[in-house]
Amino acid sequence: MWKKISGLAIIGIIFCSLPYMVELYRMEVLIVLLFNLILAQSYRLVNTTGDWSLSHIVVMGVGAYSSALITKLLGWPFWLSLPVSGLVTAFIGFLIVFPLLRTIGFGFFIGSFALGEFVRLIWVKFRDPFGGPRGLINIPSAEIGPIDLYQPIPFYYFCLIIAAISIWIMYRIDRSHIGDTFKAIHTDPVLCETIGIRVPRYRAMAFVIGAFFAGIAGALMAHHQGAIDPHNFEATLMVYLIIYVVVGGIETFWGAALGVIVMTVIFEITRPLEEWRPLIAGCILILFLVVMPGGLDVLLPKTMKLFRKIPGIGQLFT
Amino acid sequence: MAMLEIRGLTKHFGGLAAINGIDLDIEEGEIRGVIGPNGAGKTTLFNVISGVYRPTSGVIRFNNEKISGLSPSVIATRGAVRTFQRDAVIHDFDVLRNVTVAGHLHSDQSIIKTLFGDIKGSREKDEEKAMKILEFVGLDHLCHELAANLAHGFQRVLGIAIALATEPRLLMLDEPVAGMNTTETAHMTEVINRLHEEKGMTIMLVEHDMKTVMSICKKVTVIDFGEKLAEGSPSEIMNDPKVIEAYLGAEEIVT
Repeated sequence: MWKKISGLAIIGIIFCSLPYMVELYRMEVLIVLLFNLILAQSYRLVNTTGDWSLSHIVVMGVGAYSSALITKLLGWPFWLSLPVSGLVTAFIGFLIVFPLLRTIGFGFFIGSFALGEFVRLIWVKFRDPFGGPRGLINIPSAEIGPIDLYQPIPFYYFCLIIAAISIWIMYRIDRSHIGDTFKAIHTDPVLCETIGIRVPRYRAMAFVIGAFFAGIAGALMAHHQGAIDPHNFEATLMVYLIIYVVVGGIETFWGAALGVIVMTVIFEITRPLEEWRPLIAGCILILFLVVMPGGLDVLLPKTMKLFRKIPGIGQLFT
Repeated sequence: MAMLEIRGLTKHFGGLAAINGIDLDIEEGEIRGVIGPNGAGKTTLFNVISGVYRPTSGVIRFNNEKISGLSPSVIATRGAVRTFQRDAVIHDFDVLRNVTVAGHLHSDQSIIKTLFGDIKGSREKDEEKAMKILEFVGLDHLCHELAANLAHGFQRVLGIAIALATEPRLLMLDEPVAGMNTTETAHMTEVINRLHEEKGMTIMLVEHDMKTVMSICKKVTVIDFGEKLAEGSPSEIMNDPKVIEAYLGAEEIVT
């Protein structure tokens, strides 16, 4: 118990002190890192049932669009629009996944891509209210009561809190009976049916919960950028999301987060080569698929073992 | 009134009648064997009862409720649970977790409880229940072993433990001793016998291994070419000339 708390405390201290360890212009990277952490963990939650969706970025876009529209058109405050757009996204996620429940594996993969593009084309097609191809601008910046979150450092801490809560909830789901059921469905859906598990219901549940948190990430992003357009949610970004999860691995809960952090660091190191980023990402994806198909998290237990041997602080890593 | 009541059950695959107008009654507390030569339609019968296939015609009633045409998960929820011929276990879970997952129908975990409740506490409660089942089938010493690492015989027993965790009223076993060695067969036979004797479980089993069927079941139904050929006690079946011709006789020629 204490070891767990001290481990979390170390991670907490690192994340809390990060803004003071980097230059101000890197704050942007840190904030995007937090969005991606929520996004990748929510994507992993959907993946635990064995469904690889290609629409998750669009689902996140639904959150971004709904929060932007809620605050712009309805004039609701940010603190209210954030959870509401999560719920809206969950609902749209349900509409997306419902017809897909009849498909598995590759069919689900392609079907989710088609439905995701369908949603994205609605944004492109309808100028009112989605702003067409040029998207929405002048999205009000985030503020909660008297606290203005426009400045990067306060916004970073706000996102940190939201990310911590989201990931904590997803962690609880992963550890619970429901999380076990998701994984069981991944391994043997036929067996699950015969022991009374309503497989489609659980698959829909995983997708909807994942959509909720993707929507939260999208809403944060919309208010951070101040402007969104359909290009923000293109298939290329979906590929990046898949790379995070493949690099991190989905075996353990923290794999996806690990993938996001590692890839963010790699992208930062290679910032001078930014135009080559898709190439770098592609090479890394291929490298991982060939050399380490399980992802980085297969190394986690081994590294833990190594750390445990360090005298003095070794106990912290058990 | 029989627990499981099958009337005129027919299943066509294209032009082929895999089962053709079968009537079958299984009483509560009974242990029934269903035998027949290869391709007689035993497994199809199983798949139709458990909801994997929809019957072409005919009715299946379980506890007086019509279950034909329902989905497998709903039929399992009603209390008719089957096992598989293959090693149907969750390979990447340990033995204990296999059984706790299967206990979901009787676990008190909901999404609200997952978010706000004591997940550790209810997990321990589920594990306690699961351990009792594992003790019953004699797998408790392997509870932390990965299911994929178990020997074939133990995996099949685990399959039964998984089915038991749903607290079924009718347990349908699909060739429970297929591909097992003598020790494993003895273990499995003992588990099935104890289920019947100690728990009073109603069991229906499809089996190829005549010795096992004859030693476990009090009543046996013989199927051939999708039709019911004979029904009766093992000794009656053994001496039925039709059965000998269709099944046992053929086997004698082969061996």
